[in-house]
Amino acid sequence: MFNQLFLDISVGTVDWSRAQFALTAMYHWLFVPLTLGLAIIMGIAETCYYRTKQQFWKDVAHFWQKLFGVNFAMGVATGIILEFQFGTNWSNYSWFVGDIFGAPLAIEGIIAFFMESTFVAVMFFGWKKVSPGFHLASTWLTGLGATISAWWILVANAWMQYPVGCEFNPDTMRNEMVSFTDVALSPFAIDKFCHTVTSSWIIGAVFVVAVSAYYLLKRREEKLAKASIKIAATVGFIASVLAAVTGDSSAYLVGKVQPMKLAAMEALYNGGKSQSLTAVAWVNPLKQPNCRTEKEHSLCVSVPYGLSLLATRSLHGYVPGINNLIDGYVKEDGTREPSVKEKMVRGRWAVNALMAYRKAKQADDTVTAEQNLKIIRANMKYFGYGYVDKEEQIIPNIPLTFWSFRLMVGLGSFFILFFAVLTFIVYRKDISQQRWLLIIGICTLPMGYIATESGWVLAEMGRQPWTIQDMLPTWMAVSDVHPASIATTFFLFLGLFTLLLVVEISILVKQIKKGPEYGK
Amino acid sequence: MSYDFLQHYWWFLVSLLGALLVFLLFVQGANTLIFNLGKTDNERRIVINSTGRKWEFTFTTLVVFGGGFFASFPLFYSTSFGGAYWLWMIILFSFVIQAVSYEFQNKIGNILGTKTFQIFLIINGFIAPLLLGGAVATFFNGSNFIVDKGNITEFAQPVISRWANCSHGLDALLDIWNLVLGAAVFFLARALGSFYIINNVASNIINSRARRQVLLNSAIFLVLFLVFLTHILLKDGYAYDPRTGIITMEPMKYLHNLLDMWYLLIVLLISVALLLYAIIRTVRDESYTKGIWLAGVGVVLVVLILLLCAGWNNTAYYPSNVDLQSSLTIANSSGSKFTLTAMSVVSLFIPFVLGYIFWAWRAIDKKQITEEEILDGEAY
Repeated sequence: MFNQLFLDISVGTVDWSRAQFALTAMYHWLFVPLTLGLAIIMGIAETCYYRTKQQFWKDVAHFWQKLFGVNFAMGVATGIILEFQFGTNWSNYSWFVGDIFGAPLAIEGIIAFFMESTFVAVMFFGWKKVSPGFHLASTWLTGLGATISAWWILVANAWMQYPVGCEFNPDTMRNEMVSFTDVALSPFAIDKFCHTVTSSWIIGAVFVVAVSAYYLLKRREEKLAKASIKIAATVGFIASVLAAVTGDSSAYLVGKVQPMKLAAMEALYNGGKSQSLTAVAWVNPLKQPNCRTEKEHSLCVSVPYGLSLLATRSLHGYVPGINNLIDGYVKEDGTREPSVKEKMVRGRWAVNALMAYRKAKQADDTVTAEQNLKIIRANMKYFGYGYVDKEEQIIPNIPLTFWSFRLMVGLGSFFILFFAVLTFIVYRKDISQQRWLLIIGICTLPMGYIATESGWVLAEMGRQPWTIQDMLPTWMAVSDVHPASIATTFFLFLGLFTLLLVVEISILVKQIKKGPEYGK
Repeated sequence: MSYDFLQHYWWFLVSLLGALLVFLLFVQGANTLIFNLGKTDNERRIVINSTGRKWEFTFTTLVVFGGGFFASFPLFYSTSFGGAYWLWMIILFSFVIQAVSYEFQNKIGNILGTKTFQIFLIINGFIAPLLLGGAVATFFNGSNFIVDKGNITEFAQPVISRWANCSHGLDALLDIWNLVLGAAVFFLARALGSFYIINNVASNIINSRARRQVLLNSAIFLVLFLVFLTHILLKDGYAYDPRTGIITMEPMKYLHNLLDMWYLLIVLLISVALLLYAIIRTVRDESYTKGIWLAGVGVVLVVLILLLCAGWNNTAYYPSNVDLQSSLTIANSSGSKFTLTAMSVVSLFIPFVLGYIFWAWRAIDKKQITEEEILDGEAY
């Protein structure tokens, strides 16, 4: 396989580009949620200091800010690659949709990054240089900057999953924005933002709970740990409930605009009305099933009507399976969704008409150009399918999406229960006496990361093969770079990020063991 | 607002971001002088802490420069980043190692040791100005790429922009003029870094070393810059016909640009004078610490004028040496009128952003950095 990746430019370039983007994105996402989550908790702690003027609260805020700083640096370091990778590794994409996609990235920089980078310096170094009010504002503005940044990058990501507010221009050979509000306020973007940010607050909460639980188990820093765990439990409980609510609406939107992703994450081969939601089933995690010939999965435990309710908000709603999506089906409103073969044919008409249109324009043949323009417009909806060779290419990796969905939802449900119990206990009992809960609190930390990374695996693997849903498959979006070059940078980043992650964990562990510095 | 105006406006904005980025490379410049300015561990820590309070601005400006280019001139983003893959990857790699170096180097638990991260800062300090300067020089000297938007309908080779050789951008470093500007930006960054340290650090010994560095690095910069400026003013440039879009070579195009846009020439002369004044006064007057501001304004304006000369007045700003008609102009590579208009509304936030940056910067820099402050704990 490796030989093939190095020798075959088409396969190798696409696969290494995807691998590199996945690597850098997953590393980046180890640090960003903690930045977003800790920002809330240290902001609350500093607000307590501002209101009470008690040195204790300043120490609490200062302690979490130190840990925030170590994590923040890694988030920044891993983030820069992501933005530029759209150009370095996905240059066709950058032109084909850059007119729409570039705008949120630029706005993110102008509005969010500068706010974050300006006020984070005041937050770290300004304790003795600016007034308490200015410092408190800087702490919240750092968090706000990170959150606004999340908004714009998620607008960009949501647009790839649900491209709206654009039109193809055959003269410039690209998609162009026609409605900024459709792009910036797409329901998919709003939901993605709410779900991602609330799930990041969970990460902040589990981190603070785990560190505080460690102190309480060691019977040290008890006052700081108890105060912190109180804030974290409350934030965690609210965030996990909100994440469940927004997760539910995410699934509903996926059902509407990415039915293949929904079918893959449910491993639903043949759909229908009144579909059950699979709680768990035996889907081989190592093998992509052949949906055309294999039967539905065995050992299935399901919730009756659950999937129909989730995807259509009706107990008896129709949910298409993978085979229905490939073969075409009649929707509930009576219209017919074409088969993938039909879409491929119409997509090729659009691509070929575009080629003919360009030639006619160059030859000043307005009649032929006009004829082809009509064909382009009539079939543009299926443009991306013109590049698909086989029907199977549009099926995402079923085991990966199926299991990542269950990991995310399962752990998300656990967080609701965990934070509900924790919140009850921290307000009613002495948490330091509940050693079993403190041990669970420490174990919850890796679960938080597994859940949040699983969410992204589901979101991104579930939309394969599309870089932009139905518009541009991955193999049409890449740069003309030899796979060996991308493989080299892949391993460079893998080595560097892993090394830096090890250093970061080592620093965090030492800082936590050392504990807060009181009265500074 | 006409489409033509929007394209010129956005070229101005990305040029301004590029100019601010070159100024903010003072962080990198000062980092290459860590061991020249600081002879003891504490002195080196002071220098690093001084640049450490500004590195995020340089980093963010680079990211916004990229994002601004992506939104306003997506074909450049697609062609340059996808084509000159290795050139950009090396630049980015150096910024990755820089980003963690401040925070990690003096923390307990740093298993790589302080010196490793100081070396990371120095590596970034060398690579970033040298390669970014070299990349800017390609705006005048051209690069080896081919653009054919029609490729999007080709199933076998769909990529619209390709590098014409397998170096993926490293060939830019074989052009002596790219190296001259790269070296000029490198020495400029070191001079600006020295100006900044003089302004920001309360240490006579570090400041006297920095003044010597101002003289040395400014002198080398001025020689290299004047050689490069003379070269581009006399060389053939890449002009395009705004009606047909056809690109041709025009003798002394950049000199013509300056003469046609005489107001840019005046600003260029004033900004060079500002820079010279800052250098001379800083070197001669031991008590003068404000050189970074005059030099900074001068550098921002000089770079801005150079970039405007590269893109305005019907000039191809990213020329192709292998296929002249593939060259990028602000007309053939920009975003749509709708996007440029929408982004122009967003650009109204920029003065507000600059305002709060200035405010926060002033709050942090009211007092110069002292050794006591570094040892007190609120430091890298």
